[in-house]
Amino acid sequence: MNAKADGFRTDRARVTGLGSAKTGVGHWWSQRITSIALVPLTILFVFPFAQSLGGDFASVRATYANPFHAIVAILFIGTTFLHVQQGLQVVIEDYVHDKALRTGALLANTLLCWAFGLSGVFAVAKIAFTA
Amino acid sequence: MADVNRKNRPLSPFMIGPIYRPQITSVMSIIHRVTGCGLAFGAMLGVWWFLAAASGPEYFAFVDGLLTSWIGGLLMIGMLAALWYHFCNGIRHLVWDAGYGFELDAVNKSGVATLVATGVLTLITLIAAFF
Repeated sequence: MNAKADGFRTDRARVTGLGSAKTGVGHWWSQRITSIALVPLTILFVFPFAQSLGGDFASVRATYANPFHAIVAILFIGTTFLHVQQGLQVVIEDYVHDKALRTGALLANTLLCWAFGLSGVFAVAKIAFTA
Repeated sequence: MADVNRKNRPLSPFMIGPIYRPQITSVMSIIHRVTGCGLAFGAMLGVWWFLAAASGPEYFAFVDGLLTSWIGGLLMIGMLAALWYHFCNGIRHLVWDAGYGFELDAVNKSGVATLVATGVLTLITLIAAFF
């Protein structure tokens, strides 16, 4: 690339974002944030969920009608699917080398995670408001 | 360009098997990724269960029955063990991110501690769920 075709941009400006890390540590850091949030949320979510699985309809709904359990479930589901999106993105970037396939997989990953995450939040909210 | 063989370079995960001898560090790293991918599927099943509980008693009985059948129950127990493994090993990763525990001896010890904690937490959750 010569200076004529690229105007007055510096060498640094031309290569920024072209490395494998693209935008730097933003993705890495936000994955740590969801990880740390999931430490207390997992402990709070798993036990009432494990006790509810296989329970009868009325008592399951009574559990998640409790604001504490409902809020924990909503935060856990939302944070989990953010974390899943971040994790699967790295896995796709590592193993899917075909550019079209990779772009499609990354797109599907993001859309599915938002769809499942928000559906889960809706489901818990509906139980909490109608039980 | 220094790397004249750019097109034919081996791509990840080429080291597994012929080049890299399995050790607790590498095997646990691979299991972290495998459990992460499996748990993404488990999280979708969990959302399905919450949507069923938000829908009505018949549909809830169908989904809850599937997830607590022989095969479904085994899958859920597997998911539980995978969740506690990913949880414990994730904390191990966060400690590394903070800059601690990188000595080979410490890495091996924290690996064994992670496996023991996974077993204990899985057992405690199963006891809480069934009794």
